[in-house]
Amino acid sequence: MNFSEVFKQSNQLCKVSPDGKYLATCVQYRLVVRDFNSLQIVHLYTCLDPVMHMEWSSDSLFILCAMYKRGLVQVWSLEQPDWHCKIDEGSIGLVSSRWSPDGRHILNTTEFNLRVTVWSLCTKAVSYIKYPKACQKGVDFTADGRYMALAERRECKDYISVFVCDDWHLLRHFESETQDLAGLEWSPNCCVLAVWDNCLEYKILLYSLDGRLLSSYSAYEWSLGIKSVAWSPSSQFLAVGSYDEKVRILNHITWKKITEFEHPATIINTKAVVFKEVEKRPVVGSEDLSIHQLTVDNSLFSTQSKYEITQLPAQVPVIKPDPDRANPKIGISALAFSADNRFLATKNDNMPQSLWVWDMQRLSLLAVLEQTAPVRCFVWDPRRPRLALCTGNTKVYLWSPAGCVSVNVPVEGSFQVQSLFWHCSGSSLVLLSKEHICLCGASVASFCLQ
Amino acid sequence: MGDWWTPTMMPDPSLDTKELSSISGISMSPSRQNLHHSLHSTMALPKTSYSVLSAFCTEENISQCIAYINQEVCSLGLTGVSLESKSGSLSAVPVLNLLYEVLQLQRRAQRALHELETQQLKNGSDLEHLQHSNCRLKDQLEHTRRDNSGLHEGERQLQLKIKTLQNWLKSEKEEVQKLQSIISSRATQYNHDTKRKERECTKLKERLNQLLMDKRDKKLCESFQMSYFCILCLHLCSAIEISNHVGRSDGKRGLWKTGKMEARHEGEMYRALLSDYETRQRSLMMENSELKKVLQHMKKDMITILSPKKPCIKTEPANDSLEQAVSEGEEEIGDSSRETLEQSCEQAREQLTNSIRLQWRKLKSHMERLDSQASLVACQEREGEEMMSRKEHEEEMQRMRMELQQCKEFIHMQQQLLQQQLSSPCDEETAALLNDCYTLEEKERLKEEWRLFNEQKRNFEQERKNFTEAAIRLGHERKAFEEDRAAWLKTQFLNMTPFVDRKRPALSEPHSALSVGECP
Repeated sequence: MNFSEVFKQSNQLCKVSPDGKYLATCVQYRLVVRDFNSLQIVHLYTCLDPVMHMEWSSDSLFILCAMYKRGLVQVWSLEQPDWHCKIDEGSIGLVSSRWSPDGRHILNTTEFNLRVTVWSLCTKAVSYIKYPKACQKGVDFTADGRYMALAERRECKDYISVFVCDDWHLLRHFESETQDLAGLEWSPNCCVLAVWDNCLEYKILLYSLDGRLLSSYSAYEWSLGIKSVAWSPSSQFLAVGSYDEKVRILNHITWKKITEFEHPATIINTKAVVFKEVEKRPVVGSEDLSIHQLTVDNSLFSTQSKYEITQLPAQVPVIKPDPDRANPKIGISALAFSADNRFLATKNDNMPQSLWVWDMQRLSLLAVLEQTAPVRCFVWDPRRPRLALCTGNTKVYLWSPAGCVSVNVPVEGSFQVQSLFWHCSGSSLVLLSKEHICLCGASVASFCLQ
Repeated sequence: MGDWWTPTMMPDPSLDTKELSSISGISMSPSRQNLHHSLHSTMALPKTSYSVLSAFCTEENISQCIAYINQEVCSLGLTGVSLESKSGSLSAVPVLNLLYEVLQLQRRAQRALHELETQQLKNGSDLEHLQHSNCRLKDQLEHTRRDNSGLHEGERQLQLKIKTLQNWLKSEKEEVQKLQSIISSRATQYNHDTKRKERECTKLKERLNQLLMDKRDKKLCESFQMSYFCILCLHLCSAIEISNHVGRSDGKRGLWKTGKMEARHEGEMYRALLSDYETRQRSLMMENSELKKVLQHMKKDMITILSPKKPCIKTEPANDSLEQAVSEGEEEIGDSSRETLEQSCEQAREQLTNSIRLQWRKLKSHMERLDSQASLVACQEREGEEMMSRKEHEEEMQRMRMELQQCKEFIHMQQQLLQQQLSSPCDEETAALLNDCYTLEEKERLKEEWRLFNEQKRNFEQERKNFTEAAIRLGHERKAFEEDRAAWLKTQFLNMTPFVDRKRPALSEPHSALSVGECP
């Protein structure tokens, strides 16, 4: 595995273009665009304020930089570096900014969620959408980019508006049967919209594209409800993670629960494999402790670690959450399906150091990864059934059905991996620390810093 | 004791007889010791009581005695003694007979007594036994009564416990319901409150929006009033500054929003939905047909399994059901062709599932029957050969155990020997001996070689000596030769004079030696 040089970034703003050719990073005011394979700087732009949010357009021709404090959005073009565009929301403020799927419209959400303004880069037209809902996930685009679903709230009732992204024509507007809508998500086949209520009530509704209610599912009452939702890439399954530490899988034919995955503190299932990360400290002789050694050879302080298979029944470390606080750290907060639909990775918040991998063909537990620190981020490879995760230390962990491995990031100084994501081809990983990024992969060029 | 009758009783024989009988009756007392005592006393009677008996019969009262004895004997049922002799003397024969009979009576009586005694013993022991068992049973009864009461007590306590638990459960349920009702009421209250706050919030937002719009309009108005070229800070309102408008991503031109457009959008949406449903339906149909095929195969297999070609079925009822199954199977095979034609028909589908269920049930019952038959047969076999097989089995086991033991011992012994060999020996001599025996052969060989070597060495020494001697000799001869040569040369030189002829014959021999020496 090759590791590239380390580059600076701020605010964890580092994105790969959708076509995979470029890597854009923001360093305070500057936007640096590099070629992904050679890591040479291709373009360099300067914005008016420290950038808070950065996004590529879907055709990889434009980059949007949003500066929320000043209410500004600047758009840069890769083809014509001297083309510029600046959107100033003025005193109305700016809370979020995103591209539309066609890459020619920008949707800005103003402060206090007063309205959503749709700015067009092609024409002078401006559209306003009133009463958008301020929730976890109030806007979602279909995978083919044709439709947009927006959650609205009028007179203490939730509504959903479906827009045609072509010309922002309002296709459907219907009332949602939720008490307090927390999020909505299109299925990957673009025909079903999953809408879920906030954690005070367990309810998930499924609407068809034309606004008909297909089904409603509620597992239990009164206790805290849904924490996370994920569609499988084939749209066959809908995984619902809740505060009762269970994941319920609904099927797309009857929209009923086909199974539920529990996360017990003691694993008895004999078909599952429990990988436990074990750290081994390197032995240091007293004569090796020279200044030279300390500065150059950082492996002195970094600890090697490897995975050991634990015998079943195995105990998973549990951290009991404080019952008096709101948003308790309990329940399934993150779900992710693998790209081939065969695996599901889940994280239970009161077992923060463990990651659970489920086999979707057998609908049973396949592996549990127990780390030495809480898992911060995990992502599936977009092509293969491979999972990369990080726990905030200097290592990157990879799991695949064949086994799992822990890789030390061989960077001078310590590189604490805070988050990571895969390149769209699945051949490289981009690791982000607090202030830097590092690329790793089989074909990454390790260049000296220019 | 009643046996003793005093002589004073003698004058009244009639009284005596009654008293005697009563006394003799008393004599048959149940106490053994007394009996023994009395028997002994009766045995010992002749001697000691002869003196007493002599008082009964004297010379004077013989006839009286005889009469009395006759009376007594008659009362006992024996023939009396007649007094038919002259001068009043008794004939011995009848007296002896009488005596004999009396003895017989006595013996009989004794035997009866003996029997009665044994019977009494038996009865006594029986009685004892019964008393013991009675005691035991009474104890047992007491014991069981106590147990019973204990169990009753336990049961009562458990019942109490159950009651308390049920009450507790009821109270808990009531509490849960109460809490739930509290929660729901609070939830409604919170909902109401949040709705109220939300309304306030939207009002504020509207107001804020209004204010911002007003400010923007005001600024715009102001900007229009002022000079065209004054650049005002239009910071308050939102605007876009773009160097040049970009073309659309798909390259086409934008279209006007018309009713046709809306219809087109609707159409596209429905088309998308329809295509999704169609793909789903197609995949479901495929799955369905595959499953149906599998079921058909299963059905055919089951029919072939249950066909009567198999000879293992013996029982009558089984045959009947099989025939039935076969006939049904034939019908169904005919049906299957029809089924393939009417796949989507509800009836066909039900028919298929029903026939599968029926076949499955038959197969199950068939398997159960086979299982029971097999177990029966196995039982029978086992019963017949049980003793044999067990014995054999046990013998076998014993043999194997012995073998195992032997092998273990053997291995242990081997281990010990090996250990001994490998470990250092405690005895130095034995170690030396052992080491010696390993190297014996080598030592022999070495000795042989040493011998040879020494021999050769000696030979070499000998030769060296010879050579040195020869060399010394050669040295001597050379010296001699040199001296000769020098002498000859001297003579020769001295003969280089005209006086050659005289000295020539003296030099002939050295001349030949010289010529030899000169010709190398």
